[in-house]
Amino acid sequence: MNKAALVAAALLGAACPLAAVAQEPAAPAAESVAWEKWQAGNEVSNVASLQRGFRNFMNYCAGCHSMKYVRYSRVATDLKIPIPMLKADLLPDGAAPEDYIHASLKPQDGVAWFGKEPPDLSLIARSLGVDKSYRFLKTFYLDPSRPTRTNNLVLDAAAMPAVLSDLEGVKQAVFRNVDVTVDGKSTSTKQFDHFVTVVPGRMSGPEFDLFLRDTVNFLDYAGEPAQVDRRSLGVWVVLFLLVFTWLAWLLKKEYWKDVH
Amino acid sequence: MASNDAEYSPGFWGWLNKRLPVEKFVREQLLEYYAPKNFNIWYFFGSLALVVLVMQLLSGIFLTMFYKVGETTSFDSVEYIMREVNYGWLLRYLHSVGASAFFVVIYLHMYRALMYGSYKAPRELLWLFGMFIYLALMAEAFMGYVLPWGNMSYWAAQVIINLFSTIPLVGPGLVEWIRGDYGVADATLNRFFSLHVVAIPLVLLLLVALHLVALREVGSNNPDGIEIKERRGPDGRPLDGIPFHPYYTVKDVVGIGLFLTLFAVVVFFVPTFGNLFLEEANFEPANPLSTPEPIAPAWYFTPFYAILRAVPNQRLGALLLLIAVMAFFFLPWLDRSPVRSIRYRGWWFKAFLAEFTISFGALMWLGLKPITPNYLIAARVFSVGYFAFFGLMYWYSRWDRVKPVPERVRFHE
Repeated sequence: MNKAALVAAALLGAACPLAAVAQEPAAPAAESVAWEKWQAGNEVSNVASLQRGFRNFMNYCAGCHSMKYVRYSRVATDLKIPIPMLKADLLPDGAAPEDYIHASLKPQDGVAWFGKEPPDLSLIARSLGVDKSYRFLKTFYLDPSRPTRTNNLVLDAAAMPAVLSDLEGVKQAVFRNVDVTVDGKSTSTKQFDHFVTVVPGRMSGPEFDLFLRDTVNFLDYAGEPAQVDRRSLGVWVVLFLLVFTWLAWLLKKEYWKDVH
Repeated sequence: MASNDAEYSPGFWGWLNKRLPVEKFVREQLLEYYAPKNFNIWYFFGSLALVVLVMQLLSGIFLTMFYKVGETTSFDSVEYIMREVNYGWLLRYLHSVGASAFFVVIYLHMYRALMYGSYKAPRELLWLFGMFIYLALMAEAFMGYVLPWGNMSYWAAQVIINLFSTIPLVGPGLVEWIRGDYGVADATLNRFFSLHVVAIPLVLLLLVALHLVALREVGSNNPDGIEIKERRGPDGRPLDGIPFHPYYTVKDVVGIGLFLTLFAVVVFFVPTFGNLFLEEANFEPANPLSTPEPIAPAWYFTPFYAILRAVPNQRLGALLLLIAVMAFFFLPWLDRSPVRSIRYRGWWFKAFLAEFTISFGALMWLGLKPITPNYLIAARVFSVGYFAFFGLMYWYSRWDRVKPVPERVRFHE
């Protein structure tokens, strides 16, 4: 994490009393079987969490992944980040606040280094879903057979390396053999059982979960920046329509009194 | 018209009415048009369909101001609308939720006709115009679905257009002619845009006008299926009729209020409606190299899609799909019952309508799911149920032991 980002983190962190509200992760014992049921549990109206998520995105994702539909200035406005702070701590060199978020990685380098261009993340929370994004980021494990030396439970043979292992630690996946009978034939297949941390990371389990939840929360926001406005406007529209319908019903009752 | 001059008030209103029959139209079509007084909740859906049509036209006009059709621009411009156009997200959700709402309303409107025999003589032509509206609506919705150029747009277009390739002899050439290319591509997208925003809306408006003119000529049916015109008072007005305005205008406004409330709840709080109204796969740009799993059309087409998939032979499947849609056209002649309304029909019709309702709902659900051996069997069973309703109607509607129909409508306030 660079110095500017640390300053931003400190400033943003100071403004986030809501951080502790985030849900506790599942107990380690339960993790082993139920990773498919993990939920992001993010709350897109939590501005402090979004600020931290934006910081995480800029530090850990934006090097390779673009958000070509999202402008820095729009994020700053929605996330209540002052423009001077945006410019000082979060904008990459040479970018203007009105610019869209473009990765510094060149697409052709992405193809050369990872086999494919890292996908744009503007809509990932809408196409993949927040829960699956959260599970993806949390299920990297060591796999020496892969070029990146890591693999992923959500996306087998993922081209993306485990970029968060510095924070989370390095995990080994323990598989067990399960006999499956299909059409009378019994075959043995590998099934994931649990993770073993072989190198601890800089964050504790709950800290890393909060980190992921904030990051996924930002992805959720970026997928549909208007969603908080949408819900708050919706309350008034529905209230208006209820009153309108009630008045219309009174009028109808009055007119229909003489129909027998 | 000179003899009628005295009727008109002086001034601008009189001047206008001498040249344009505004007053005459309002009097004949609203104030002196007598509708049965026993309409129930099922009779809201006609006016609601009109409301949704207007809403789709208006939101569509504004979307067209910002949407940029083209293989490389469509997807981006939809996101531009969602993010950078003032209330663009509202326009887009009104239009996408509106498409689904249109089918909810139309299906309930059609179901009303099934229950109360509204397609029976003398309303055959009214029913046929309605069915043509339904066909036009299907084409309109399908082409609109392709326009965001998401991955499901692309693959749905691929699958649906390929259905035409099953037509003997001309099929493959026809598919190429529809697409304007060897695959679904920019040319396809552009022509679908043209058809979606100009050609089909014009056809829809014309058909809606014909539907309404035919309705006013024969008059509305009602839940008792009785012709109110046959029982007139000394003043010549139907005894069981009330003027459309103000009675049904104020009542329809209540229905519109209720509908818009539910509609707003979806638009503002669950616009994707759990992947049914906007699918996850459609938030990825069209990609000919990556097929979404499973490919499912929008929910309003899934009953027909389930029938298509239930048949192992593609040509036969496409033929059954066509028959499944077209079967509705023949209802006025398949139904030989002496009564219209389900209230006076016997258990044969009620049983067949019930099994049809279950089959239609089950096929709709199955069409959204990937095929498994059990689902395939279920889809075949319910397809038989679907066709039995139409295929056997000619006989069971005749055998049915109907109840005597009262002379006057039943009405409780």
